[in-house]
Amino acid sequence: MKDFGFTLSPSSAVSLDKVDSRLWHKLLETSPDAAVCISCGSCSASCPAARWSGMSIRKVLLALQRGQSVAPMLSCCMLCGKCTMVCPRGINTRKLILALCRICEKP
Amino acid sequence: MIYKGKQKIWSDYQKEIPDDHWFYARSCIRQNFFPASEKYFLEIGRNVLGRDICDTEHHTTCGGIAYHSDVIPQETAMTIVARQFALMTEMGYRNLVASCITSFGNYTEILETWREFPELEARIREHLWKSCRREFEKPEYLAHASDLMYKWRNDIAERAQYRLVNKDTGEPLDIVEHIGCHYSKMFPHKGVGGAEYPCVLSGMVESWGGRIVDYPERRHCCGFGFRQYLVKANRGYSVSNTYKKFESMEPFHPDGIITNCPGCPYFLDRWQYVIAEQTGKTYGRDGFGIPVFTYEELAGLVLGINPWDLGLQLHQTAVEPLLDKMGVAYVPADKYLGLNREDLLRPELPSVLKCF
Repeated sequence: MKDFGFTLSPSSAVSLDKVDSRLWHKLLETSPDAAVCISCGSCSASCPAARWSGMSIRKVLLALQRGQSVAPMLSCCMLCGKCTMVCPRGINTRKLILALCRICEKP
Repeated sequence: MIYKGKQKIWSDYQKEIPDDHWFYARSCIRQNFFPASEKYFLEIGRNVLGRDICDTEHHTTCGGIAYHSDVIPQETAMTIVARQFALMTEMGYRNLVASCITSFGNYTEILETWREFPELEARIREHLWKSCRREFEKPEYLAHASDLMYKWRNDIAERAQYRLVNKDTGEPLDIVEHIGCHYSKMFPHKGVGGAEYPCVLSGMVESWGGRIVDYPERRHCCGFGFRQYLVKANRGYSVSNTYKKFESMEPFHPDGIITNCPGCPYFLDRWQYVIAEQTGKTYGRDGFGIPVFTYEELAGLVLGINPWDLGLQLHQTAVEPLLDKMGVAYVPADKYLGLNREDLLRPELPSVLKCF
């Protein structure tokens, strides 16, 4: 490879044709209420772990739909349940995370 | 009723383009990158279609590159442009046609600024008088050279020697059109079709028998971006933009690319070599790239002008695959012969991208 003094940066574009969305669909089978999320971010704003660890349920759900890895973020959740209390769509986010952890353990 | 409504909406996206009597402002970089494009714009306009176009040796750069690279202030660029307008006025013309997209954007931006701030125009008139004792009238019409080619597209189609059609299959060639950002992204009403539906190049391609490829990153920048390229450490941004476009157009297997900006054909053409060297990937068939053309070069090919007179040997990506598909007659051995059949010597060939 020739050294030009600069390199290509990977594109952040997501090709929905190439996305592996198996985990997302598996989650929908066990917790169909994930589909009613409006990505408002209330869960992430109220999350006590977010500030220190980068945990965000909103990001987790988006990453799942884009076929990206979510396991590192899930391991930061303390299961305190604050996100469940603030969700305007009434999603049991705590239960959703537990379901996701189970799916990620046995994909 | 709906059809009439659509016609009315579409008429808002049209641009009035006078047919004749133009003062031509050349580009500072196109003559180095694609040396025959401007020559053949004048050749086609004057000798093939019989239009009056004034080309003077006295004009300079418009200052656009320095302005967009943050090297000179806008007032300096305005005074340079005021001098071009003064030359146009002295030559007795009222319509200005710019060869370069950035010049076109620069002239438009300056005229719009003067409309909003007349006191600034008065100051620039003073600067021009103090610096070179010249006075100017503002152009009545400002157009980009591709606007004129768009207006002449059917006249060119009538005189066509070749069409953008695969000679073996009879199918239209799939052409990607790439419009320079400064054409209508800054002032949408100044471009044919506005910023949403720019049809200045697609109109030409369809008139000459080709088929336009509509791909996801169609309106994405080529990546030149002035400072992105001019500062070597930032060139990764530039090539990554081009890479994104090629990745997006690849599944549609385009036969060629047509552009109307000085930077876009250069970078879409040269970056294919860099991408091939860095990733080992080429986007055309059989290891070739996708050939990139200016609209003058494509018009010249359609009119039957010798590809080597059009300067196509200066392209990095081989143009022969498209010439063969169109059935254009050319002598491969003449590729690197200059004027008076002088040997121009052969360039070093890339290791990945296939070239002749």
